[in-house]
Amino acid sequence: MKSHDTAVRVMLDAARDQGAETVWDRHAKQDPRCGFGETGLCCRHCSQGPCRINPFGEDPQKGVCGADADTMVARGLVRAIAAGCASHSGHAKHLAHALHKWAKGHSDHYPVKDEAKLKAVAGRMGISGEGMETRQLAGQLADLALKQFAEGEAPLAWAFNHLTAGRREALERLGAVPTGIENTIAEMLHRTHMGVDADPVNLLIGGIACAVADYAGSHMATDLSDILFGTPQPVASRANLGVMDAGKVNIALHGHNPVLSDLLVRAALEMEGEAGEAGAAGINLMGVCCTGNEILMRHGVPSLTHSISQELPIFTGALDAMVVDYQCVYPSLVAAASCAHTRVITTMGMAKISGAVHIEFTEENARESAQKIIREAIGAFKSRKGRAVSIPEISSEVTAGFSVEAIVGALSKLDPADPLKPLIDNIVGGNIQGVVLVAGCNNVKVPQDENFLGLAKELLARDVLVLATGCGAGAYARHGFLTPGAAEKYAGPGLKAVLSAVGEANGLGGPLPPVLHIGSCVDNSRAVDIAVAVANRLGVDTDKLPVAASAPEYKTEKAVSIGTYAVAFGLPVHLGVVPPVLGSQTVAGLLTAGVKELLGGWFIVEPDPLKAAEAIFGALQERRRGLGLASRPW
Amino acid sequence: MEFKEILIRPDKCTGCLSCRLACAAAHSRAGNFLGAVAAGEKPRARIFVHRAGGKNLPLNCRHCTDPPCVDACVAASMHTAGGGLVTNHDRQERCIGCWMCVMSCPFGAIRDSGEEDPRAVKCDRQCAPGDGLPACVRACPTGALTYGTVDQFSASSREEFLRKWLQC
Repeated sequence: MKSHDTAVRVMLDAARDQGAETVWDRHAKQDPRCGFGETGLCCRHCSQGPCRINPFGEDPQKGVCGADADTMVARGLVRAIAAGCASHSGHAKHLAHALHKWAKGHSDHYPVKDEAKLKAVAGRMGISGEGMETRQLAGQLADLALKQFAEGEAPLAWAFNHLTAGRREALERLGAVPTGIENTIAEMLHRTHMGVDADPVNLLIGGIACAVADYAGSHMATDLSDILFGTPQPVASRANLGVMDAGKVNIALHGHNPVLSDLLVRAALEMEGEAGEAGAAGINLMGVCCTGNEILMRHGVPSLTHSISQELPIFTGALDAMVVDYQCVYPSLVAAASCAHTRVITTMGMAKISGAVHIEFTEENARESAQKIIREAIGAFKSRKGRAVSIPEISSEVTAGFSVEAIVGALSKLDPADPLKPLIDNIVGGNIQGVVLVAGCNNVKVPQDENFLGLAKELLARDVLVLATGCGAGAYARHGFLTPGAAEKYAGPGLKAVLSAVGEANGLGGPLPPVLHIGSCVDNSRAVDIAVAVANRLGVDTDKLPVAASAPEYKTEKAVSIGTYAVAFGLPVHLGVVPPVLGSQTVAGLLTAGVKELLGGWFIVEPDPLKAAEAIFGALQERRRGLGLASRPW
Repeated sequence: MEFKEILIRPDKCTGCLSCRLACAAAHSRAGNFLGAVAAGEKPRARIFVHRAGGKNLPLNCRHCTDPPCVDACVAASMHTAGGGLVTNHDRQERCIGCWMCVMSCPFGAIRDSGEEDPRAVKCDRQCAPGDGLPACVRACPTGALTYGTVDQFSASSREEFLRKWLQC
């Protein structure tokens, strides 16, 4: 089984018939995987190697420089965290530039859309904004945002201002306090260079600091996206390959940053006429991966597919353009499109793919570039005429858009004076046994969506509320979990009662979905915000809450970094794919047990989704007992 | 059925040592690589990769037709089993750890088990279910390790020679 998604399976047959190669074919060709790499026991940090360490105790037991298994595994892991941090914060920096350029009058394309959020974020960051005009306040916040990237004197404010006091103290005690985002990334590269930091514990503490810096970048990305493009509110849409429309110009937006995709949504509205002149019934924008989440959350743009199935829309013959920015974009898209009319369009100077059409997108030329991109897609649509298309008629209803503000807004209908109270009361009373954030990617080593589905079914049935982001939210979208009907189908009686009460109070005529789509992978920060708010309201730290996280099919370095900050904030974090750390029992032991003593959170590594659900449920119950709440057996 | 051999094409060996990990993992109690590593097992590989004369050379027991190790074994532990297999895996309890087999093997393919009470261990083909590929061959990413009959190997060598000769 390659995928649990029926539409994906239909398209895999089409790909086979077309003689096209997909990620699954390349996955098979990569076997056998190298055991040294799989266990983190391979080092290529200098040219005396590559060095390997035999995990079975035979020679070699040290690299040429003398680095042992613990050093090698720890260095590899923290480099991955640094790369993840660089990715999320690169995304955030791009948004900070967009806001900065608008505030300083260098670009008209990025005006503040949500002034309330601007004021709220500025307030949290210590800017009063009293008597300031929007542009001036935006300018000050953008300046402050850009300063977060450089080394500062104090703990990194964009992270530390969004944590409990207890958490700040715990990180300070451990010495895991970043002073800036980019200097922390640079320091991790320095420390993992040949002949620098060889102490695995010290390296891991550095890695945790870097993950906290990643949280700053992620939170900033969420905040600035909401300011620039609007804070999401509940929105209805659809997801899966059936959202394509043969009669329209089909444009998939893939990657991560709304700096590009939000502008394309605007430009598409303006260019419906041009599409009509080309014989199209309109422009059909669709999202892939987290760009898809950004525009689904804010505009209800349907999601096409996610992660490992990103090549498949091309084989319908109906995709006119795949427009990409960065992260998780397979370079194979160009080869997949080579036998189709589909234009693969790269847009970022730092993320090109050989053979793709490159249309450079900057904050200053955003509108013109967006129009040029859509014109390219319209051109492709014209060249499609007469060609056969085959779109699987499969898609699911979706309700998305659950920002913290939207969740608090919905809860405030139950208790306007104290919106968190109904949530807390239901956790205390046991209608909600706990909350699990399910995040991360698909990984070709796992049958697509298998772990997401298995995990959610088990947890929901046991009254655990699920929040989802990234391609995890994508999986739940494609499989119909983001609907009121899913509450009827999957939620246990306690959870169903709560979801129904909130739904009715908000006049939805039905329950809330049992899985709440809270956004893209940078929006994991939204989940932390909810946890911090609940912890502060209860007067405890986040490591005491019956809250956990899971990345059951993760693949990216970004996911490693997110998982690490979730552990740093005291959450049990499940990984459904074994990370490359087994080569060091010291490192593996610290991650799965030792860190719990220091920060309260720890990693649970379990590839089987049912066993994972049981372990996560057990961790929630442990927390409930710690708070003196009634607990339940599995 | 003709006994299949693990035959080697040293020119294709990149020295990645994947064969050694796969061999060790196949001889672990967990029976799989990550499981054995996670459990902290120390199973020993029975295939070796050495660098000599600028080339990488994977080497394991040749399962000789007339095996010197069997002649040298005073405990009737090492023996020729059915179908050409030379092994002592099914008679480990008879091995007295005298290392006569080790001294007599011209290839150095026999080693000690690394246990507190060591016994001779070697490639015993207990790494492949049924008629499957041996673990080392399955793990080889470049085809340096092949699995087939001697005649199949020599036929492919002839084909390769002829291809090169005709190109000249």
